[in-house]
Amino acid sequence: MPIDKIARRTLAGLAALSACVAISAMPTAALADEQYFGIPSNRVGPYAAMGTGYYGGIIDYLNYVNLKGGVNGVKLTWTECETEYNAARTVECYQRLLHNGDKKLVVFDTLGTPGAYAVINRMAPDQVVLAQYGYGRTDAADGAVWPWVFNAAGQYWAQSTAHLNFIAQKEGGIEKMKGKTLVHLHIDTAYGREPIPAMREVAKQWGFKLVEIAVPPPGLEQQSQWLQIRREKADWVTFWGAGSGMNSTAITTAARIGFPRDKMLYVTFGGAEEDMIPAGDAAKGTFVAANAVPGKWPLIQDIEKVVYGGGNGNLQNPQRIGTAYYNRGVGAAVMWVEALKNAQKIHGKVGKEVHGAEFRDGYEALDITPEKLKELGIDGMLAPFKLSCAKHDGAEHWRMMQWNGSKFDIVSDWVGPNDPKFIRTMIEDSAAKYAAENKITPRTCP
Amino acid sequence: MFYREAGQFHTSYAQDTQLFPLRQDRVGMAITLLAAFALPAVANDYWLSAILIPWLILALVALGQNILMGYAGQLSLGSAGFMAVGAFACYNFILRIDGIPFVLAVLLSGVCAAIIGIVFGLPSLRIRGLYLAVATLASQFFIVWALDKFGWFKNYDTSGVITTQPIIIFGHNFATPAEKYWVVLVIVAVLTLLAKNLARGSVGRAWMAVRDMDVAAEVMGLSLLRTKLQAFAISSFYCGVGGALFAFAYLQTVEPSAFTIDLSFRILFMVIIGGLGTIMGSFLGAAFILLIPVFLNIVFHAAFGHHVDSTLTSALEQVIFGATIIAFLILEPLGLARLWQLTKERLRLWPFSH
Amino acid sequence: MEDFRFFIEVLVGGLLSGLMYSLVALGFVLIYKASGVFNFAQGSMVFLAVLSFVGFMELGLPFWAALPVTIGMMVLVGMATERLVLRPLVGQSDTTLLMATIGLAFIIEGVAQIAWGVDVRRLDLGIHDEPIMWLADNFEILISQLDIAAGIVAGLMVVALALLFSRTKVGRGLRAVADDPAAALSIGIPLSHIWMLVWATAGVVALVAGMLWGARSGVQFALVLVALKALPVLIIGGFTSVPGVIVAGLIVGATEKVAEVYIGPYFGGGIEGWAPYMLAVLFLLVRPEGLFGEKIIRRV
Repeated sequence: MPIDKIARRTLAGLAALSACVAISAMPTAALADEQYFGIPSNRVGPYAAMGTGYYGGIIDYLNYVNLKGGVNGVKLTWTECETEYNAARTVECYQRLLHNGDKKLVVFDTLGTPGAYAVINRMAPDQVVLAQYGYGRTDAADGAVWPWVFNAAGQYWAQSTAHLNFIAQKEGGIEKMKGKTLVHLHIDTAYGREPIPAMREVAKQWGFKLVEIAVPPPGLEQQSQWLQIRREKADWVTFWGAGSGMNSTAITTAARIGFPRDKMLYVTFGGAEEDMIPAGDAAKGTFVAANAVPGKWPLIQDIEKVVYGGGNGNLQNPQRIGTAYYNRGVGAAVMWVEALKNAQKIHGKVGKEVHGAEFRDGYEALDITPEKLKELGIDGMLAPFKLSCAKHDGAEHWRMMQWNGSKFDIVSDWVGPNDPKFIRTMIEDSAAKYAAENKITPRTCP
Repeated sequence: MFYREAGQFHTSYAQDTQLFPLRQDRVGMAITLLAAFALPAVANDYWLSAILIPWLILALVALGQNILMGYAGQLSLGSAGFMAVGAFACYNFILRIDGIPFVLAVLLSGVCAAIIGIVFGLPSLRIRGLYLAVATLASQFFIVWALDKFGWFKNYDTSGVITTQPIIIFGHNFATPAEKYWVVLVIVAVLTLLAKNLARGSVGRAWMAVRDMDVAAEVMGLSLLRTKLQAFAISSFYCGVGGALFAFAYLQTVEPSAFTIDLSFRILFMVIIGGLGTIMGSFLGAAFILLIPVFLNIVFHAAFGHHVDSTLTSALEQVIFGATIIAFLILEPLGLARLWQLTKERLRLWPFSH
Repeated sequence: MEDFRFFIEVLVGGLLSGLMYSLVALGFVLIYKASGVFNFAQGSMVFLAVLSFVGFMELGLPFWAALPVTIGMMVLVGMATERLVLRPLVGQSDTTLLMATIGLAFIIEGVAQIAWGVDVRRLDLGIHDEPIMWLADNFEILISQLDIAAGIVAGLMVVALALLFSRTKVGRGLRAVADDPAAALSIGIPLSHIWMLVWATAGVVALVAGMLWGARSGVQFALVLVALKALPVLIIGGFTSVPGVIVAGLIVGATEKVAEVYIGPYFGGGIEGWAPYMLAVLFLLVRPEGLFGEKIIRRV
């Protein structure tokens, strides 16, 4: 068959197909009120293990809420879009998800810094909330400059200093840190270097030596970095990686040079089961910070029963229920739903659909008290926090866990930075610089 | 019968060598351009900002890559690196030179990319073919590393990203998708015309001579040094301008790692699927490579909804994307531009096919 | 003395890492040598091979049974690739073939993820990735057992492939095909069989590389990216030389580690990503066909 004939037939087929799609995408008359969400998932490629767990958790929770009768009767609907963890595709997904028939997006969550940066400046004009959940732009914690961006699971500066605080606890106090050597081993990208300013400051205050060593992505080879660590005779290593390839390689390479794993502390983005399992026994003892603690908390058990029991689960492998990324996804979705409840209440739209601006107000009014957490069945999984007009970075607390070879043991209570005020000053300075550069007038917060 | 040259006589050299010797082409071109300008009247924001703008920009980059590969025959895998140079250069020009006109900044960032392109093009004088292709990866990795590493390029932003300034031309802020689209369209149209001119002139003929047999070209008195580096410079210029537009009109907040090797590969695909050594092909190829994954994703989600595991469909999309490319290479190695050519030939005879 | 020992350690570590790159690069050379195709999908084949191997073991097959099953599967994949992708493209330009293999990489990655899911797994070969105690105690030099094993495997594979090329009938056929496919065909060498054989062998090489990399870094998608580490090795060694791959691997490994440790700190580190490519460019400027590549004679 000549090529042009094939092409013609394919084109005809494609045209027919797109017609079908157009018809099926037509807005259907909604009986009850619905609240629409867009889910920019990444399910293939190097970050797929992360994306399937996280977005699986989000979708399962939305499903769970629906099965329990929705949010004051409002049914939650959603559309997915594949981003491949790539900035350009994330923009396409965002624009595609922005409008769905007569519905408009209220919240966007890219699970990852590259995607978040690619859309961050579209949020204010489009009136969409960027709910970074434990990642993304740190100085967005200043709600005066970034009214539309939130980080309900804490930003990286607070996390890195919380790491240092935990290490000091392990060493027996801040005064014991004097003279110690700490290596910050990080992926050689902006995300990896982000915590460095905060850490340098603490190093100066506490009098320990901070050595920064970069791993070029994808980081499947870290021999030279770990030899440098050995030469420095490091007491502790804080590891700031991305992608399970790099994260597990760090552990195996540490084992190769005989560096004790119980002197390594992983960032939330490196600290999931997917990062530990490939390293095998070598991973035993590694410390990891968690903003959503893995485990079968009452809510997670209930999701398993209600959603998976009814055969509506999103995870391909149900054994991953209760893992770090899954629980983090559930945590992120809990915030969406709580924000939605707030928004309905604040704007007198109980049982009705809300718009972006209303949702934003609801998110800003999040007040997750210990009682609330207990009521939700996730007391201990998330740290309590309260957002406000100025403060957009939720719980600045992490729980430290230790890998025991098959699962994480929780080894600490919620740990925060030693000096949160100083982190706040850094954030406000950075946000002010951003505002000046981009000619933004910060709003005034009470 | 619609595409006949009969009855059109060229009575001077100038007429014979004009850009579009056929009346139909001239009329068609004019209609296309007019339609392109009028498009925002009918297209919604999604189409403008998520499809049309990146399409035009990537077509421009593909055109740059095509100049190097299709016309001058030098295989390069580093186009995304040069885009990154353009993007960050443009940001810095506007940041550091007060009141610099946007268009000038874009052109200057193209020049920056061209200079870097010449540097990384130097090995082409000695290295050929696939060896050169792999060697050009050096530019890809080095440029992204350098932009990422040194804070100066990003004005020491704490998050290591740049937020592009608004596009202001003659005091007007081009902020809406439609306005950005027009800016991109004008720049791309002008540069495309320029490329068409270059390709058919003495410069383009020199490139083709080098492509077909560089030793023979040298024997005929062409300077390989000049021709090859010229191709690298002009190609990088297009990539740089494309990169600047990609950052300013599309992404708006950019980190260096947005310009990955994956993007370079996609641009290569655009050139090959579109058709090597054709201007038209760059546009068709860019549309094809950009739209296929989006189209598959939309179709799959619409067809299967929540019933089928999206992990499966996402992987399946990848398989179909790969298979489409291979099928295309097998069935029409000369690319989409060739299909266009065939269509034109058919139109010429239609409805009398003999 | 302290510094010197450290230098030795960096150097040895680099040389051994280099052999790991060589293992991946071998697959490229095999295919290029026989069919002139630069197979960009080699990294994906590595991923598919080891993922399937672990997958079969998860299904309950023991190690010794999973191995032949995976080999059989990779042979089939190789043969299918040759039949469905490359044979229809015979005579196309290098670039077209390269693009086809990138397309193939998309397919293989997608199929692997459909078949086995996106979970990250571990692979235990029974060789511990830990320092050899005897060396550590006596010389205070830490060298991993797995690295030594990888080095031995790489060496054995090179010897085996070198013998295959020089001593067997198939190997002679291969070399003839590599020189001039048309001439080889005309004297009755069964071209298609030979190509299938090469693709099948490349599949097996991918499995071996994948098992060693998988034991080291876990069985996960990131393994496809090791191909990027193999490319500079490939061009320094020359696309067509099996021993060249080993020599180049050693050069690349040693240089990148030494550069990272001693030069990297001046730039804030992380130069390993591009340093091997720069090194490759320098090598090529002196020898455009790589160290051991066949000299290309160009006539007008």
